[in-house]
Amino acid sequence: MNTVAPFIRHVKYVMSENLVTLFAFGLFIGLVVLAFLGPLIAPYDPLATNAVNALRPPSWAHPFGTDHLGRDVFSRVIVATQLDLGIAVAAVGISFIIGSALGCAAGFWGGWIDRIVGRVTDTVMAFPLFVLAMGIVASLGNSVENIIYATAIINLPFYSRVARSEVAIRRNAGYVQAAKLSGCSDVRILVTQLFPNILPPMMVQISLNMGWAILNAAGLSFIGLGVRPPDAEWGIMVAEGATYIVSGEWWLAMFPGLVLMLAVFCFNLLGDGLRDLVDPQRRT
Amino acid sequence: MSNRTNNPSFLAVENLSVEFKTRNGRVKAISDVSFTLSKGEVVGIVGESGSGKSVTAYTLMRLLDQAGAPTDGTAKFDGISLLDISEPEMRELRGREVSMIFQNPRAALNPIRPVGKQIEDVLIKHVRASRSNARAKAIEMLDKVKILDPESRYWSYPFELSGGMCQRVMIAIAVACDPRLIIADEPTTGLDVTTQKITMDLIQDLTRSRGMSAILITHDLGLAAQYCDRIIVMQDGKIVEQAPVRELFNSPSHPYTQKLIAASPGPYSELADLTRIASTKNTPPSKEGISKSAHRTRSDFLKHESLLSVRNLVKVFKKSGAKGARWLGSNTSDESLFRAVDNISFDLKQGESLGLVGESGCGKSTTSSMITRLMDPTSGQIIFDGEDLTEFPAKEFSRLPQRMKIQMVFQDAHDSLNPRYTARDAIAEPLIRLQKLKDKQKLDARISELAEQVGLPKHLLSRFPHQLSGGQKARVGIARAISVNPKLLILDEPTSALDVSVQAVVLLLLDNLRRELGMSYIFVSHDLNVVRLLCERVIVMNKGQIVETGISDEVLRNPKNSYTCELISAIPHFEPARL
Repeated sequence: MNTVAPFIRHVKYVMSENLVTLFAFGLFIGLVVLAFLGPLIAPYDPLATNAVNALRPPSWAHPFGTDHLGRDVFSRVIVATQLDLGIAVAAVGISFIIGSALGCAAGFWGGWIDRIVGRVTDTVMAFPLFVLAMGIVASLGNSVENIIYATAIINLPFYSRVARSEVAIRRNAGYVQAAKLSGCSDVRILVTQLFPNILPPMMVQISLNMGWAILNAAGLSFIGLGVRPPDAEWGIMVAEGATYIVSGEWWLAMFPGLVLMLAVFCFNLLGDGLRDLVDPQRRT
Repeated sequence: MSNRTNNPSFLAVENLSVEFKTRNGRVKAISDVSFTLSKGEVVGIVGESGSGKSVTAYTLMRLLDQAGAPTDGTAKFDGISLLDISEPEMRELRGREVSMIFQNPRAALNPIRPVGKQIEDVLIKHVRASRSNARAKAIEMLDKVKILDPESRYWSYPFELSGGMCQRVMIAIAVACDPRLIIADEPTTGLDVTTQKITMDLIQDLTRSRGMSAILITHDLGLAAQYCDRIIVMQDGKIVEQAPVRELFNSPSHPYTQKLIAASPGPYSELADLTRIASTKNTPPSKEGISKSAHRTRSDFLKHESLLSVRNLVKVFKKSGAKGARWLGSNTSDESLFRAVDNISFDLKQGESLGLVGESGCGKSTTSSMITRLMDPTSGQIIFDGEDLTEFPAKEFSRLPQRMKIQMVFQDAHDSLNPRYTARDAIAEPLIRLQKLKDKQKLDARISELAEQVGLPKHLLSRFPHQLSGGQKARVGIARAISVNPKLLILDEPTSALDVSVQAVVLLLLDNLRRELGMSYIFVSHDLNVVRLLCERVIVMNKGQIVETGISDEVLRNPKNSYTCELISAIPHFEPARL
């Protein structure tokens, strides 16, 4: 179609204009490839133990070394991508959908919906978020799903607030009035007219939140909640490796930590680029 | 000082060119602009949007944003080369020697600082006052710009002042240090005609009494004619003509100037006159009917029956300050209520077009919102086509079949188009929702037909609003409004955001459409000259009430009400007889 070609040109323009965005997108694509093809690419079985080969420093055979059970750290780091990104995407997806629905309703109709949504999100934000997430996982049970729910709940207020204020700015815009004249109901106006227009700022929020969600999941695993050994996950690997740093086996904690940092860094950089991509006004 | 006074041209701009860097390469904003300004002279720079008049001013003030830079030419102010001196030197000059009055005073003032303090800041910055006497001087300045009760207004914040008062504060800041040159960039856009007159008279008095020179940038030829000595006409970044006012209006030499003058509606111009010059070059959408003006139909409409009758319509708003009272118990005393529309009644016949004129806050927009049923009236009846529309709440009205009969063209075409909808989607929306036209082929056919009716080239239908020009956006808005064949079309200042030449074409289009489709119009506007062209009858509103009603030409030529007189006399003119 004739709308695809301008979009591709626009993507090229955004990328060429901003090298940081290009770098972030490259990194992002790398992470996605690892997440989907990780188990196929990994040179060793991430769960296979080999007591003879335990705690070997990085070498050609084991680029990131081996851990205390002789498992290949490189393979484990690669395979863990799927789980970490999966948790982050699911959690951010849930909080984006529910948060923006609540925020849009609050911003558009105001009144008691606004007050209830506002006070509930205020209450959630009053807790130290990580402690709240710990509490949720501890009370719901120690599983990957519950990590997702906990991360989704603590991120919810950010989406509902951004959505609320962006909708409130636009609710009396000329095109909303015009849509009323065109016979659109309130819900239709909200979904088809207003929601697409608040996407650019929401994209920035999504991208930043992806980074936080990954850190949050890793943090919960680090303190022993959620993902359980022997599953490969960056947080657990750092936690397990931390005890060996004092005895000189630095590679156990450093490589998963480094990849974790890169992933968070990538999502933090991605925000502005994503916003530019979804904003038709930047397409000239 | 004496040698300066004798200097014939103390501002000399020569061959000035400015380029902007954009994603599509470098774009020339102005090229080869040369003009001079002598002491005490007021020069108007006139042109339509994109003509480079503001860029010229910003270049002289060195306030261009980073993407733009002068590539060629010089600008000498009293021997100082404005384009070459360092930034600290320029800062010294700004405010003290050259100052600027901006387009939007509310945006140009610091919202969280009392206005008196903002005047003080300028005085202290340029060492025109010490900390001890700055306050007295600031109050004196407020007094000079005719702000009542300057001692207490000193502490007002910009949001507490009206638009006209904010502009007066801006003027006070601009003239506080007695600069020798003032650049006023569209100083009265967004102000009412009467406020515009007061503001411009004030600028004129202050500049004359202090012997300042001024550059007035405006799109309004009438305004330039009334307040300038000489006018420079710009088009596409170039100066096409410059001449003393009388000469320019009596014998404009450049075709663009002729077109501009023709397109500006005066109290005696006819609709056909507006595009007379333009039509020799590019033919407007429909040729027939151009020679016929709105007046011809005056005898026709008398025999038609009534379409709309508004009876005792009232809209009461709570004053914003009274909100807190709700918690202390119900407070509905008269002081906390504001009667935006106060008991108005009028009739509209089938095929008639009625002008609703007044200044901001007179209730004309509230009235049109209630008739469009976007807002519920407090009391009164709106009888349309035999039905009392006030029986349906505004919330549910959007899905009723009656919705099709009343449509609206919005004031700001840009704001009224969803930035994520293409022109085609925008026109399709009412067809799909109201006429339930879901068949793609029929829909496409209807959209093409509408695009043709409003003179919108078909290849523009796939564009987003930001890719269309102001006139094209206005056409999309009109196509959307007429798509469901409404009986009544409410036009809420549909041309106020447009350039005069585009306005002329849009007005002509609206007049032709009315004749072709047999619609009735309610034309809401602050500009009597524009209303006159399109409407047989006019209603003048002030403070929520109807103060005068009658045949447009008669009201305009000999108004009976004192408010109408004031309104009409405030419109700037450029008839040679009145200069």
